[in-house]
Amino acid sequence: MERNESKTYDVIDVCLLAGKIMLMCGAETYRVEDTMMRMAAAYGMEHSHSFVMPTGIIFSIDGKDPTKLVRVTERSTDLSKVTKVNSISRQITAGSISVQEAYQQLKAVDEKKEMYAGWIQTTAAAISSGCFLIMFQGQWQDFFSAVLAGGFGFICFLYMSKLLQLKFFAEFSAAFVIGIISLLLVYVGLGNQIDKIIIGSVMPLVPGLLITNAVRDLLAGHLISCLSKGAEAFLTAFAIGAGIALAIGFAI
Amino acid sequence: MLQQLFTSFIAAAAFGIIFNAPKQSLWKCGVIGSIGWGVYYYLYYFQELNIIGATFIASFMIAVISQFFAKWYKTPMIIFSVAGIIPLVPGGLSYDAMRKFVENDYNQATQLAAKVFMISGAIAMGLVLAEVINQVVKQSTIQRYKQNVGD
Repeated sequence: MERNESKTYDVIDVCLLAGKIMLMCGAETYRVEDTMMRMAAAYGMEHSHSFVMPTGIIFSIDGKDPTKLVRVTERSTDLSKVTKVNSISRQITAGSISVQEAYQQLKAVDEKKEMYAGWIQTTAAAISSGCFLIMFQGQWQDFFSAVLAGGFGFICFLYMSKLLQLKFFAEFSAAFVIGIISLLLVYVGLGNQIDKIIIGSVMPLVPGLLITNAVRDLLAGHLISCLSKGAEAFLTAFAIGAGIALAIGFAI
Repeated sequence: MLQQLFTSFIAAAAFGIIFNAPKQSLWKCGVIGSIGWGVYYYLYYFQELNIIGATFIASFMIAVISQFFAKWYKTPMIIFSVAGIIPLVPGGLSYDAMRKFVENDYNQATQLAAKVFMISGAIAMGLVLAEVINQVVKQSTIQRYKQNVGD
């Protein structure tokens, strides 16, 4: 009996850890719930209930004692962790690893920081800014200005989001920097079309993941998650717009 | 057209890096981004389709291909769809809307904002339709399987 109970605890811990990692790294809410319930079912807990919101997870196994709550405060985007947890959960449902092994593997995934280095991310953002400029019918001679503005904007975004715990200020300041740099470049004569340069450089900040997640959560019937993620996306977009507007406001 | 396909490939793959997608799936992000943007570009600039229709079809294509890739490579679909969707987001129009607001031209600004809203809706509906088709296909295969097994 005692052994049984401790097993329940272990299973709950494993499920919660997996759910927490997925939620923190930007997986859809319905996928988190689905994964947790599948994992519990694979360990013989057929009737489990998980309730996931963008800010926390409540998980309980039917008829058993503990119901646990995990609070998720930080949310970032790390799709490689989502993929790894997904493959671990596949192994669990296939029955090929035990509870302890799963817990250790998940713990390893949780602790490992495998982000691309900051300069690689910045370079990627800068180059994508230039590419977006071309995609939005800009001229090739503005390519370099967009790369510069996008790169500096993204550096500002990375730095600000590390420095401050405020949610929307990083986007706001990054957009502001982009606006100022583009205005300067056009003023100096390096850039031609100020509109295209700004649009291209702002694109790396766009909350694309939130938008797609909000829609997919809505389809799965998670109205609360959809609304809160939609609000987050809207506020992020608004912060970007406000930053640009402020920069242009100085110029007019 | 070729330079559009090329730039959209690079842009989508770069977005994969920003979202920290696994290394081996970066080129797939690029392919999906490039296909989605190619469809959009072709419909909007060559067929002169309405921008909402073009966005809708492109996002539908992206979602379908992402689902296919997700099944094929056994990875979550989100990795592929995100990078593809980004170029379709009406960044230019919302920038224009914002700019008109700053210039106190509220009539123009609200018109543009409404258009932005419609385009975002078109992206969402494209994703929705692809999901519906996915579910229908899944249901029918399950039923066929059950009939074959005989219970």
